[in-house]
Amino acid sequence: MVRVVLPHHLQTLAGCDREVRLEVNGTVTQRTVLDALEARYPMLRGTVREHVTLKRRPRVRFFADGYDISHGSPDAELPDSIVSGDQPFMIVGAIAGG
Amino acid sequence: MTAIRILVGTRKGAFILSSNGKRKKWSVDGPHFAGWEIYHLKGSPVQPARIYASQTSSWFGQIIQRSDDGGKTWSQPGSDGAGEKTEAEGMPQGESNMFVYDTSEATGRPLTTHQWYDGTQHPWEFARVWHLEPSLDDPDTCYAGVEDAALFKTEDGGVTWHELAGLRGHESGPDWAPGAGGMCLHTVVLDPANKNRIYCAISAAGTFRSDDAGKTWTPINHGLKSNHIPDPTAEVGHCVHRIAIHPSNPNTLFMQKHWDVMRSDDGGDSWHEVSGNLPSDFGFPIAVHAHEPETIYVVPILSDSLHYPPDGKLRVYRSRSGGEEWEALTRGLPQEHCYVNVLRDAMAVDTADPCGIYFGTTGGQVYASRDSGDSWEAIVRDLPAVLSVEAQTI
Repeated sequence: MVRVVLPHHLQTLAGCDREVRLEVNGTVTQRTVLDALEARYPMLRGTVREHVTLKRRPRVRFFADGYDISHGSPDAELPDSIVSGDQPFMIVGAIAGG
Repeated sequence: MTAIRILVGTRKGAFILSSNGKRKKWSVDGPHFAGWEIYHLKGSPVQPARIYASQTSSWFGQIIQRSDDGGKTWSQPGSDGAGEKTEAEGMPQGESNMFVYDTSEATGRPLTTHQWYDGTQHPWEFARVWHLEPSLDDPDTCYAGVEDAALFKTEDGGVTWHELAGLRGHESGPDWAPGAGGMCLHTVVLDPANKNRIYCAISAAGTFRSDDAGKTWTPINHGLKSNHIPDPTAEVGHCVHRIAIHPSNPNTLFMQKHWDVMRSDDGGDSWHEVSGNLPSDFGFPIAVHAHEPETIYVVPILSDSLHYPPDGKLRVYRSRSGGEEWEALTRGLPQEHCYVNVLRDAMAVDTADPCGIYFGTTGGQVYASRDSGDSWEAIVRDLPAVLSVEAQTI
């Protein structure tokens, strides 16, 4: 199971806890994790990725295993620690202007 | 007995203020959607329990909420499992944040560019819904004015939204520019006497009119003069802050422009200034009395640089002559050390008799007058900054 941590506003929007656990089909990538997240919580469609382009929204960042992977390929396999569930895939609202 | 419901959008949630027809005691319900910016809420004129709300975040995008019970419960009409109610604390379940500019060959227009702050061209980018205007006769139909400026319409209660692309695609589009709040379509006025006539106002482009239900649009800014643009009398580029009409006299429009209070008596074809004796003709909202088509209200603000009332006194100004001659309404309003602003969508009237007037401030106060503005009192004082106020007479 992949663990995903959500920012406060998306927790309240989805009505879920800070961390959710998702079964991800196939290779674990940003795209497949977000596909699984949006399948479980359709109200999050458009809030992390743009509806049509599926690009990451500008003020959203992704962290994995202590690294900012926001600008990595959405189809790159995520680190083993994320795949195994040892570490969470973190969706973070960018800190803009303090 | 008549009841009044005031719908308040704030920087950190929505609030619903309720009273009976006497308008002396109010209940305060909220926050709904705590922590999210609620740019606007508005109820259907033909089905007042149907309320549309714009819930938005620069981080997480746009959500449309809908209530069918006067704001007690909410759902996102575009979500999977539409109709599901929200959590007990008012948080939503569902998805309805898909506003996509129509670039289709059949009904759309190419996605072009508009003027940026520095005069360069900038691509059109959807940011948020500023204003929701429910149809005058169909509760499932509602218009949404958005940033970057465009007009959307739903005919299925908010499940799907389609752009009326003729406005964004107008040939003057590359000359439109953002105001301080972004390039927003913030005002939608539906003509009660003519279903095909729609007015929109855009900062900073100006006012536009459609006479074919939104397919094609004409800029209607003749008579406006804006000294902050290269050609002060240009066809477009004016920072119109708000327009308002009285239902009984829809050919007469009133406008609070960035500077200047204006009036048109020919459906917007021409405008003339009616600022008269106002202490400042800068401001944001303008409203028309529910029963007196020539009685109008503005809240003068000192300037575009200062954004607070002249002399630290919060004064609503009323004209009973459709402009030009204005009287200050001060009873019950702070007359010293007051430096709040009143934003463009944050003033409304009810249709009770005498007419009730309501406005919200960036300081979180919502003031009410139940005597057409002669006296005021705060319904609530410490909300988050108020973005919008609408009044429902039920």
